[in-house]
Amino acid sequence: MTLRKTIAAATPFVVLTLAVEALVRAGIIRAFLVPPPSAIFETIVRDWPELFAALLKTSEGAVLGFVLSSLTGVAIAIFLSSSRAIQDAFYPYAVFFQTVPIIAIAPLLVIWFGYGVRTVIASAFIASIFPVIANTLNGILSTDPALRDLFRLYGASPAVTLWKLRVPAALPQILTGLRIAGGLAVIGAIVGEFLGGQGLGSVIDIARTQQRTDKVFAAVLLASFLGLALFGLINLLSRLALRSWHVSEQD
Amino acid sequence: MMQVPVETDRGVAVRLNSLHKAFGDVTVIDDLTLDIAPGEFLAILGPSGCGKSTLLRVIAGLTGFDRGTVHRQPSPTRSQTAFVFQDAHLLPWLTVRENAALPLELLGLAPAARLERASRVLAEVGLSDVESRYPSQLSGGMRMRVSLARALVTEPRLLLLDEPFAALDEITRFRLEIRLRDLWLERGMTTILVTHSITEAAFLANRAVVLTRRGCHIRLDRRLALPQERDNQLRLGAPFADEMKRLLAAMEEED
Repeated sequence: MTLRKTIAAATPFVVLTLAVEALVRAGIIRAFLVPPPSAIFETIVRDWPELFAALLKTSEGAVLGFVLSSLTGVAIAIFLSSSRAIQDAFYPYAVFFQTVPIIAIAPLLVIWFGYGVRTVIASAFIASIFPVIANTLNGILSTDPALRDLFRLYGASPAVTLWKLRVPAALPQILTGLRIAGGLAVIGAIVGEFLGGQGLGSVIDIARTQQRTDKVFAAVLLASFLGLALFGLINLLSRLALRSWHVSEQD
Repeated sequence: MMQVPVETDRGVAVRLNSLHKAFGDVTVIDDLTLDIAPGEFLAILGPSGCGKSTLLRVIAGLTGFDRGTVHRQPSPTRSQTAFVFQDAHLLPWLTVRENAALPLELLGLAPAARLERASRVLAEVGLSDVESRYPSQLSGGMRMRVSLARALVTEPRLLLLDEPFAALDEITRFRLEIRLRDLWLERGMTTILVTHSITEAAFLANRAVVLTRRGCHIRLDRRLALPQERDNQLRLGAPFADEMKRLLAAMEEED
């Protein structure tokens, strides 16, 4: 990101922070509903060891869940792409992952996987797999028909066509899916931690019962940074992978 | 003066007999019989949507047909038929050289051998200096030349071209037409060009066939009275204008 873009992106954040600070200090917003940003900052500094440990835990659950859903999602999409009949039979079940509210099945995950990181990973996995499947499948199915003809002309088998044409051609869509999945994995991990794990989710849950809005905001802030970091990482990966595709990816 | 067509053992003869092809209720090719000699450069002209692209795909074996026969003599192996599409259709993640080598890769040739042959054919279309670039770094004309190189890399005996230069600007098109004509003279493969451009058909081909809008009936089948060696001067002369006039008249006839 250029300096100009960084300044542009930081400006609303700084303005909003200063505005909230002023509104709280003037007594227009009550401090126990929205703590002043300076208090949130103080909390982050004071509780840093606890918050940082929680951030690491959440990162572990979110990243592992994300990696798992990326690999499984791409594999499922490849399987679904193999025939129309297979798509008709199994795609509705993939949609299930998107439509079921993760908060509703989280208690079940705790029963299945126990109290700990496995539940958090499972929750992040379920929350993030659908966009990977949907985007990868869409990418594989929209392979340029002329190129498919070309491969057929030279006698390429379906497997060769899949690995040398259809999957690489779907790369931009796969990466779009991963970008969406990254943010969802963080949400899934936090939800998992509400009920069955330790990390920013449990920090938020405990702080909530103590009316510690400053701590809730501190944890939420760190969770957003985690989401942003994951997003940035996937963007970087995407730029590297698609370097040759677009001239725009090169500057 | 009638030109003698170049007929070589490097080309494939194509014989279509009472060919019939329909998509659902719509008959696209209705009882077409056409003989193409080995080494011939045939242009198939017709209005947009007349089914000439379908005809080319049937000859390539990419599309089936309902009745009639398609004979190719000698029957070409996989490496001997090449197809060039309307746009370049290159793989954006491969370099120019790897794109040109793709058919050989699919046919199972070792990397060193296929890249060496790709380099040679890229030199023939004048792209040696951009071998290691990616398609996104090339102009439209250069991309089309890569596409042409990819088609020629297997040394095909049958080259099928589906309006390959339609998307290019005129000067680039003229240049590529001269290059294609030279490559055909050097290599002698049977070449079938489908186009709706009368200039392109007259400039490139030795024989032109004009099809009707409905059913692909042959309205005109003519050996062009033009010299073998062709350059832009030819476009300005009376013999070229005369051929254009005949093709245009056939194109303008009502069904």
